[in-house]
Amino acid sequence: MAEKNLLTIKDLVLYFRTSKGAVKAVDKVNFELGFREAVVVLGESGCGKTSLAKALLRLLPRNVEAYSGSIVLDGLDTMALNDEEYRQQIRWVRMSLVPQAAMNSLNPVLRVGDQVAEPMMVHHGVKKEEALEQAKKMFQHVGVPADFLTRYAFELSGGMRQRVAIAMSLVTAPSLIVLDEPTSALDVLTQANIFNVLKRIKKELEISFILITHDIATSSELADRVAVMYAGQIIESSDAMGFFTEPLHPYSQMLMASVPRLRGDKEPIFITGQPPSLLNPPTGCRFADRCPQRFGKCDQEPPVFEKEGRLVKCWLYE
Amino acid sequence: MALNELNTAAPAVQAGDTLLSVDDLHVWFELKRWGFGHAGYVRAVDGVSFKLRYGESTAVVGESGCGKSSLMKTILGINIPTKGDIVFQGQHLSKMNRRELKWYRSQVGYVQQDPYGALAPFMNVERILEEPLIIHGVSSKTERMERIYKVMEEVKMTPADDFLHKFPHMLSGGQQQRIVIARAMILEPKLLVADEPVSMLDASVRVEILRLLRNLQEKHNLAVIYITHDLSTVRYFSERIFVMYAGKLVESSRIEPLVQQPRHPYTQALLEATSDPDANNALTFRELPPGEPPSLVNPPEGCRFHPRCSQIIKGLCEVEVPPNFEPAPEHLAACWLYK
Repeated sequence: MAEKNLLTIKDLVLYFRTSKGAVKAVDKVNFELGFREAVVVLGESGCGKTSLAKALLRLLPRNVEAYSGSIVLDGLDTMALNDEEYRQQIRWVRMSLVPQAAMNSLNPVLRVGDQVAEPMMVHHGVKKEEALEQAKKMFQHVGVPADFLTRYAFELSGGMRQRVAIAMSLVTAPSLIVLDEPTSALDVLTQANIFNVLKRIKKELEISFILITHDIATSSELADRVAVMYAGQIIESSDAMGFFTEPLHPYSQMLMASVPRLRGDKEPIFITGQPPSLLNPPTGCRFADRCPQRFGKCDQEPPVFEKEGRLVKCWLYE
Repeated sequence: MALNELNTAAPAVQAGDTLLSVDDLHVWFELKRWGFGHAGYVRAVDGVSFKLRYGESTAVVGESGCGKSSLMKTILGINIPTKGDIVFQGQHLSKMNRRELKWYRSQVGYVQQDPYGALAPFMNVERILEEPLIIHGVSSKTERMERIYKVMEEVKMTPADDFLHKFPHMLSGGQQQRIVIARAMILEPKLLVADEPVSMLDASVRVEILRLLRNLQEKHNLAVIYITHDLSTVRYFSERIFVMYAGKLVESSRIEPLVQQPRHPYTQALLEATSDPDANNALTFRELPPGEPPSLVNPPEGCRFHPRCSQIIKGLCEVEVPPNFEPAPEHLAACWLYK
């Protein structure tokens, strides 16, 4: 059966157990991702976007209180698999992760080539020579000279290490890569370079991306679609063109208006107040306390409304 | 009271007077071999000069490793310059004795990059703000508390009583950064050095902190050195901008002319690499210079940007160091294209 979507997430929930109660880091998240598509998950720190990445790849800490919902990847219901099956069939085979601060995640005592080749050996059971050959190809894709294969992480600059981390996620030819803040610690020029690399990979290898970031300006470099996350929930999900020209949810509107721009002379604004605690989120709309367009209904939780093919969780679009 | 005497001894200020001047500053760090042998220098800052007037806000823009932090630390009196000097209100930093240096440090506030890392976790807000006052000889507790309340109001942490007994981990990132700013302001400095003050904060609070800094700057006629790698925030904050590359200033100008018409190829590349939120970005590749910034141990001959420059003039750029040319009034560019 041919699936329309590469990835469909329904009612994904990830709560963490703490001494003060459950932290609702991911609270009934829904979204879909097509083939060869890049979706950007935008959100501020503490909104649960990294937890979403962890939930997707089932890289869970020990204090999980609840982990449920459905994740269907390429027609396969991953939630039905046990941990070992998940490791063998999904992680790094169909979906891989470039973790936050990936450039510091490389093992300092291994040659970078060996590290990039390792997922190949573990997951596809190929010989080391063959895996290294594949690693070399991936190095070309991300623009790292092939003779860097025998170097160690400390011999590489930050941008090069980030490229190596991306190469490592590509090596097993997965259909989906989750990038968690891939450029947040890098300089402007290096950032722009990495995005050029990602754009090229997307074109050449026909891979889908989930890009998790708080940086709205650079996220537009890769996005086909945008999902905005606030306090554990996705509050808006739309195509990039629509989102960047006219965001719908009041939070997205204010977030967009808070970006300092290099061109044009709009004065940026800021959002007063703070996001609610995920320990005990408000029962109504979670943004209501900071929202300038709040009205009576906002005390109840808004459902997701559809407007011109875009989804928004706000009573204004009833 | 010794400190106050020094304060009043300074001559009356006129608008446009120079507050701080940096003359041909070199900060080199020696590399050791086997712990004692000499193995060259890291030329972190290599011949930087500029003047800062009273109440002027300036941005220093550059990538990591270009020497902007070394420059900042030298201005704060943490690094000792290898060559050249810093002159603050007519006094040479290198000739200051201990007491004068202490006074100098009360005149220069420092806003760190990572607010959580900059605040002692075992001190509450009151203690954090009180400490500089104790060190600089404000002996009366009532006066100290008065000044703490005043500065808390300035950074809009009101009512102050709600916050004074909190510890840094109980505050949000934006609030922590406000406390850092309050601590920098409490001695009423004339110069504020802000090292990427918003890079660790979320987008929605960034603008709030930048606006707070700008209000303080205008109200107290503060001179501010704002160090960043993010060109898009510079526009909302500073009047002048210095672009630094590999230990040297490559371009300096007022903000708008630089954004409209950058002269140095490196500045052009920086502007090209800075994105605005726009869905069309995803459709195009950006034109970027190849390679990476050079090693500061062995920087390239001539112009330091020449190995990456697309507009290189063969036989000139790789041989001779470009002096500062002035392609437009008050707009300096160290590039042979403008000779």
